[in-house]
Amino acid sequence: MKGYRRQDGRKGIRNHLIVAYLVECAHHVAREIVLPYRDRGAHLIGFAGCYPNAYAERVMARLATHANVGAVLLVSLGCESFNRRDLAEAVRRSGRPVRTLVLQEDGGTRAVVAAGRAWLEETLAVLHDMPRTDLDLSDLVVGTICGGSDATSGLTANPVIGKTFDWLVDRRATAIFEETNELLGCERHLASRAITPELGAELAAAVLKAERYHRVLGHGSFAWGNAEGGLTTQEEKSLGAYAKSGSRPVCGLLKPGDLPPRGGLYLLDVVPDGEVRFGFPNISDNTEAADLMACGAQMILFSTGRGSVVGSAIAPVVKVCANPQTYRRMAEDMDVDAGRILEDRGTLDEVTAELIDRVLRTADGEPTASEALLHQEFLLPYKSFEPLGPSCLPGSPAHGGQVG
Amino acid sequence: MEMLNSAAAGAFRGRLLRLAPTDNIAVATAALAAGQAARLDDVEITLLDDIPLGHKVAVAAIAAGGQVLKYGCPIGSATCPIRAGQHVHVHNLKSDYFPTFTSQHPALAGKEPPA
Repeated sequence: MKGYRRQDGRKGIRNHLIVAYLVECAHHVAREIVLPYRDRGAHLIGFAGCYPNAYAERVMARLATHANVGAVLLVSLGCESFNRRDLAEAVRRSGRPVRTLVLQEDGGTRAVVAAGRAWLEETLAVLHDMPRTDLDLSDLVVGTICGGSDATSGLTANPVIGKTFDWLVDRRATAIFEETNELLGCERHLASRAITPELGAELAAAVLKAERYHRVLGHGSFAWGNAEGGLTTQEEKSLGAYAKSGSRPVCGLLKPGDLPPRGGLYLLDVVPDGEVRFGFPNISDNTEAADLMACGAQMILFSTGRGSVVGSAIAPVVKVCANPQTYRRMAEDMDVDAGRILEDRGTLDEVTAELIDRVLRTADGEPTASEALLHQEFLLPYKSFEPLGPSCLPGSPAHGGQVG
Repeated sequence: MEMLNSAAAGAFRGRLLRLAPTDNIAVATAALAAGQAARLDDVEITLLDDIPLGHKVAVAAIAAGGQVLKYGCPIGSATCPIRAGQHVHVHNLKSDYFPTFTSQHPALAGKEPPA
């Protein structure tokens, strides 16, 4: 496998140029800049809010210096509160080309679109010529999400992803699962897999925090499509979702923006700390993708039963379809037909081998289904987190570290 | 989880899948019609309801308030007595964590618990 070496030693499996709007008011212009270059590796991300938020600034800084990112264009209106200078400086220090365009200073819509596209032309050519270097399994950081789950998710795709995680972790890769709000009822078993009892207590606390958070909001992560697909309760859905984590020991707890210090299996806590402030924390699957990428995930294994079409900016999404009927309806959007297990057209081990092969080819640059269809969904909401506790990353002198 | 994975690996040949030996429900791996007898291990279950793909059927009697087990773990409590062969879903099973999100969705028509 070949990848792109970055100044900090991490390696990317893509070399994208990201255009980031720093407030919704700059979103249209940023999108106009990207449009002609979507099939050449230009991706659009951004934060819509005008009010300052430490979480959003931290995640945006991680994404702008993500291993899959080779260059960054920031598009600002000018009066929003996002600290564009700090973000540009973090990118510059990372050794990547960066440019900031400010609508209120640089001539408005037409002039900024023209300047942005000119910069993309020139910078994409530089990225295209960047040499690739050898990529090992230990360089890989793989996350997982489920979206549009039904009862088949927990029977086929999720156990397949769990076995793939086991295979990756055994080879010193990093694997990250999340969805603490979907692990209710599994917290004791999860705690028993932690490498220290103190970490186990943190893992269970993260699940119970999610329970409290969602109870305040009046519901779980349970959506109508889940019930139509045959899942009845939150805890039933949880056991199916939990299967994605595989069976290896859990070596750490992360929050968005914390980089895993070494290979192994990690739980990412995506539910905000403190009082419920900003409403439902993960308003769609892509907010979880953003949090995984902020922890360095270069690729996302996406389990779907009902049939999601989404991809993501920055990190290729590998869609593992749990339901054979869904696969027949939406084959072009899927990468792996795990539902064939239900029709006796393959065993769990055979489909796991297929997914591992798909992961390796994706890491080596082969486009996934959603990449081929130019999907690059992205969504960053308001959240707030406190720093990790001292037991969350056993054996590490300093946790994830601060940006920059 | 190894238990869970290996159970899933070995049990897909029939039309009903029991994920752990202690489970009192099984999962339909195909859409099954009421009246059909579906074989599960060494017992025949006669289906009392239509069971859509992925939905659950009771494979033993479950008392009102009794735990429903899947993957060997409780997934909630029965809200009324459930007979072997009946569909187990939002009309007779409730979460012990959250009330399942039940608005008046068309999918639930006719699934209210008996008075």
